[in-house]
Amino acid sequence: MELKFNDNLSHFILQYKPFGEHSILIEWPQIISKKTLQDVIFFKKRLENYYVKEKVYIKSAYSSILITYNYTINNFYNQISTLKGIYSEGFEVENIVSKLWKIPVCYDVEFGLDLEDISKKSNLHISKIIELHTKPNYLVYFIGFLPGFLYLGGLDKRIHFPRKNTPRLQVKKGSVAIGGSQTGVYPNESPGGWNIIGNTPLNFFNVNNQNPCFAKPGDKIQFVSISKSQYSEIHNQVKSNKYTIESEVIDD
Amino acid sequence: MIKVLHSGFYSIIQDLGRKDFQHLGVPISGAMDIDAAKMANAILGNDSNFAVLEITMIGPKLEFNCDTAIALTGANLSPILNNTNINNNALINVSKGDILSFGKPIHGFRAYLAVSGGFQTDVILYSRSMYQGITIAASIKNADELSIQSNNHKTKTYAYVKIRTDYLHEKSILVFKGPEYELLNDEQTNNLFNNEFTISKDNNRMAYQLDELIANNLSDIITSLVLPGTVQLTPLGKLIVLMRDSQTTGGYPRILQLSETSINLLAQKKVGDKIRFVLMDYPS
Repeated sequence: MELKFNDNLSHFILQYKPFGEHSILIEWPQIISKKTLQDVIFFKKRLENYYVKEKVYIKSAYSSILITYNYTINNFYNQISTLKGIYSEGFEVENIVSKLWKIPVCYDVEFGLDLEDISKKSNLHISKIIELHTKPNYLVYFIGFLPGFLYLGGLDKRIHFPRKNTPRLQVKKGSVAIGGSQTGVYPNESPGGWNIIGNTPLNFFNVNNQNPCFAKPGDKIQFVSISKSQYSEIHNQVKSNKYTIESEVIDD
Repeated sequence: MIKVLHSGFYSIIQDLGRKDFQHLGVPISGAMDIDAAKMANAILGNDSNFAVLEITMIGPKLEFNCDTAIALTGANLSPILNNTNINNNALINVSKGDILSFGKPIHGFRAYLAVSGGFQTDVILYSRSMYQGITIAASIKNADELSIQSNNHKTKTYAYVKIRTDYLHEKSILVFKGPEYELLNDEQTNNLFNNEFTISKDNNRMAYQLDELIANNLSDIITSLVLPGTVQLTPLGKLIVLMRDSQTTGGYPRILQLSETSINLLAQKKVGDKIRFVLMDYPS
């Protein structure tokens, strides 16, 4: 998805709400869609360009942007007018290059603790579950919940599977999991209620990197099934900083 | 260097937090009572972002291996230097070999210990604030050695800093409308603003839950953005006030947003304490 500047994108009706003393929340109609995401990413880019000399913090989710200033906002009306102007005037932004990242995942039952349970309850063979999970290019909507946790869209309906009633106290770092209609990767060990189907040896969040998380909203993720021996090989390469994640520029 | 003889109940290094990585899901963190942390630094003439030790309820026992100056602010946890009681909110010179300890918590929940020049623990993603999964240590432990800058400006004195401690007894939490406030009905808002709420046992740096419920018919929202100080209403009617280590996103309706000073105030409350929400208007 190479996003190009396009005036037609700026036709959503947005809501602007004060959110505490330092922040303004910008909301799109409350639906999850690629079109909304494209517009969110564009507006975010415009805001980043506009506030290049001023310290502001801009984060986005499915259909919202939160902009936080370093000072107390004492005139929300003016501040919101400025934001509306930035949206409607369509300040030019450079093309945003999106990437497809190929994420190796070992779906062995040693890692995929819930694979057999899902297989039983959904009447799908484990190999079919893996096939369905590795097929799509998942769209990265935003990063939240935990450092480096990607909210992904595009999970095949056949492997939607409800969260566990009792969350596990410890989910292993790198666990690839399904929670309802969502799939994702636990970037670090944490408690979690999603069903675990595999594990990736990659780091989704590394504090030692200039950019701690390789992916960004608008990128895509594809899971690639690997064997246990490939897993340990990649694991070692990642450990010694010798692994480069396979990626390609998306142009669709 | 400061040697940790006992870590206390829960003591943790904090500065003003890690704001630049929220878009990657990294909590802001930082001192729970930012005003108190800033005050401790101000008394010593430190920069406001210097790292301090956030001390929760039961204080640690610390041995100084160099001369320095310290200041304590926030909760009064009966600080003792060697065998002498000392005061909060004052510059105190300490010498090599001195031992700082604490007695009974008197009021407030979190005290802040600043040292001249600040604690020199690891900077990760532009901040020394400890957070599980970001910094190697998630709190201080017995026998830790905390690096500080030794200093010799014993005689230096600072302009009198006005200290507020009355807020430790304050019940009123000032709030603004949150993004989903307008979805509440009259009964819900009446309940919110005409009742006291009790701090639940589930209170920590991530969030404070409140005991009393608000009957709730609101549906969840599409996962959106939250801030420290956001008050969420869960499907079961529980109120959750997000604090400094809050996640960056959430799916519960965000009905209120605490004022900055009220986040600091709430950080001084402990299980069983009562609060009352007071609605403020946004400046227009």
